Amino acid sequence: MTVHSFQEHFDSLIDREIAIEPKDWMPDNYRKTLIRQISQHAHSEIIGMLPEGNWITRAPSLRRKAVLLAKVQDEAGHGLYLYSAAETLGISRDEMYDQLHTGKAKYSSIFNYPTLTWADIGAIGWLVDGAAIMNQVPLCRTSYGPYARAMVRVCKEESFHQRQGFEIMLTLSKGTEVQRKMAQDAFNRWWWPSLMMFGPPDAESPHTEQSVRWRIKRFTNDELRQKFVDVTTEQAKVLGLDMPDPEIKWNEERGHYDFGKINWDEFWNVVKGNGPCNKQRLEARNKAWNEGQWVRDAAMAYAAKKKNKAAEAA
Amino acid sequence: MSQQNKNEWPLWEVFIRSKAGLDHKHAGSLHAADAQMAIENARDVYTRRMEGVSIWVVESKHIRASDPGEAASLYEPATDKIYRHPTFYDLPDEVKYM
Amino acid sequence: MSLIYTLRLADDALILGHRISEWTGHGPILEQDIAITNTALDHLGRARSLYQYAAELFNQLPDAQKTSAFTSVAINALVAAGTPVDEDDLAYLRDSGDFRNLLLTEQPNGDWACTIARSFYYDAFHYFYFSALQHSSNAALAAIAAKSLKETTYHLRWSSEWVIRLGDGTEESHSRMQQAIDNMWMYTGEMLTMSAAEQEALAAGYGVDIAQIAPLWQNRVKEILDEATLSLPSGTWMQQGGKDGIHSENMGFILAEMQFLQRAYPGMEW
Repeated sequence: MTVHSFQEHFDSLIDREIAIEPKDWMPDNYRKTLIRQISQHAHSEIIGMLPEGNWITRAPSLRRKAVLLAKVQDEAGHGLYLYSAAETLGISRDEMYDQLHTGKAKYSSIFNYPTLTWADIGAIGWLVDGAAIMNQVPLCRTSYGPYARAMVRVCKEESFHQRQGFEIMLTLSKGTEVQRKMAQDAFNRWWWPSLMMFGPPDAESPHTEQSVRWRIKRFTNDELRQKFVDVTTEQAKVLGLDMPDPEIKWNEERGHYDFGKINWDEFWNVVKGNGPCNKQRLEARNKAWNEGQWVRDAAMAYAAKKKNKAAEAA
Repeated sequence: MSQQNKNEWPLWEVFIRSKAGLDHKHAGSLHAADAQMAIENARDVYTRRMEGVSIWVVESKHIRASDPGEAASLYEPATDKIYRHPTFYDLPDEVKYM
Repeated sequence: MSLIYTLRLADDALILGHRISEWTGHGPILEQDIAITNTALDHLGRARSLYQYAAELFNQLPDAQKTSAFTSVAINALVAAGTPVDEDDLAYLRDSGDFRNLLLTEQPNGDWACTIARSFYYDAFHYFYFSALQHSSNAALAAIAAKSLKETTYHLRWSSEWVIRLGDGTEESHSRMQQAIDNMWMYTGEMLTMSAAEQEALAAGYGVDIAQIAPLWQNRVKEILDEATLSLPSGTWMQQGGKDGIHSENMGFILAEMQFLQRAYPGMEW
């Protein structure tokens, strides 16, 4: 087959919604875009462990502590599934780590915000995981087989994450005055960054069109963002919390909530490294990785010794 | 490639039997220094929600896969051999459970 | 009484689980981050079962015994108000002196070798300990021990393999592992010495004879260290106190962090 017919075959698989698998021919740009998208997603899971991990040792009850530990551990698992999916495209996990540790790779900006109170753990579960699920569910049908399969597993496990966050918010909002304030304050701080999680507006999102065509993106940033605003505004009523955006208003004609202007200047600054915790997050990852080097080396050295011994004995 | 890549723990494919009587099914992959550790890592990574009762691991480099470019010659010849499938045969209604 | 005996086991599980959970998100490699978090969850789960049982025992005590059980003002306030305690009160409202966990469990994580050494000594002992305790005449403790034994069997396998891997790995890992094995050694003696509550438990038929476990533990430790090409520490001076509520400086910091929300906002639901 010529490159041309390879391309035709690939396009026809995409059009017929047939999954692309690792050994199938694929355009270079498809491979590159996927590696970027999947590894960014994996990095987000790994960096995302840090702000919540902060509160494991301070969780206010043993039940909450167990749930939080399990949740943060799930995120490690999700990172692992996603790194594995990216590895089928011909990049090693170490290379991806290298890109993360040197600041070359991006991850979801939301994790550069600090977790200041226990209510932040509730807000992250409710809003950040809620937004993530909205992004992720469509990806269970994404065109690249290993990515889609990883996402099916992620989504299945993720379902308890948002619920536990909402449960924390509900407990706080029905608690004492100081707890209600704690919940409202966390809602106020996490609301806007959660809206930013869907990425820049469609008009400024350079990859959207091609990615939708390849089915590695199934809805546009603005579509998902609107859906999130609609759903979350209703949920906030159940919690009895005030919307952090005074411009939130039901628009009968559109059948959606209108909402205020997102501060994209802040978004781009956090992306560029000027968020409140960008430095700390990367430092924590670098530290864990560098201090683990001798451990990983030792395991390899021991495995090699054992192999040699087995070979000698044979 | 950087120095550390040479020392990266090898990649393993994990197969899990979800309950007695079923086949092992591909669950995903992971890194481990040796086979023993790969099994234990698989237990910790892929059976956190009681997904399995038995684990197989094989180092990914030992997997041999068929070439998708040959899919036509490998699999299409089977499509006209419908006589391999039980529904090909007409049986009188009185014959049950065959 | 069985309350103190039960709490001691619960405190061990909670404090060691707390230390181990500090690794979550910071492990040397993703797979091991997940593995060690599973262990933290096991310890935490065990702590909860034991605290729930301890709370039952405590709530059945006559008031005079309730108020003399702990130094904690917060617990005594609950008793005065006639409020029964639960697992969280026992974990979050007792003071350092009320905790009876081993000094070993509160030692800082240090490097991976240090964490492994601490777990290895603990797991090797508790494998034999729970093997015996599952036959306790106390049905609640026996059931918790039987479940704990399954978990501990896996923990011991994991920590033993890491001791061997690091001991017989590279020059650097060998020296770090030997250092860790040596540093943790002086906290092992306490495990092998019976406290008053443990002697009482043995006499009453629901406890475990540690004198019988000590040689099993020593043999297992020696066996694994041999395979790891490490030497068995020879020090004989051991730190004591945890079982009686006299802790290292670490304990205050652990509790300050762990209990802060419950202490800062008393009496609230979370």
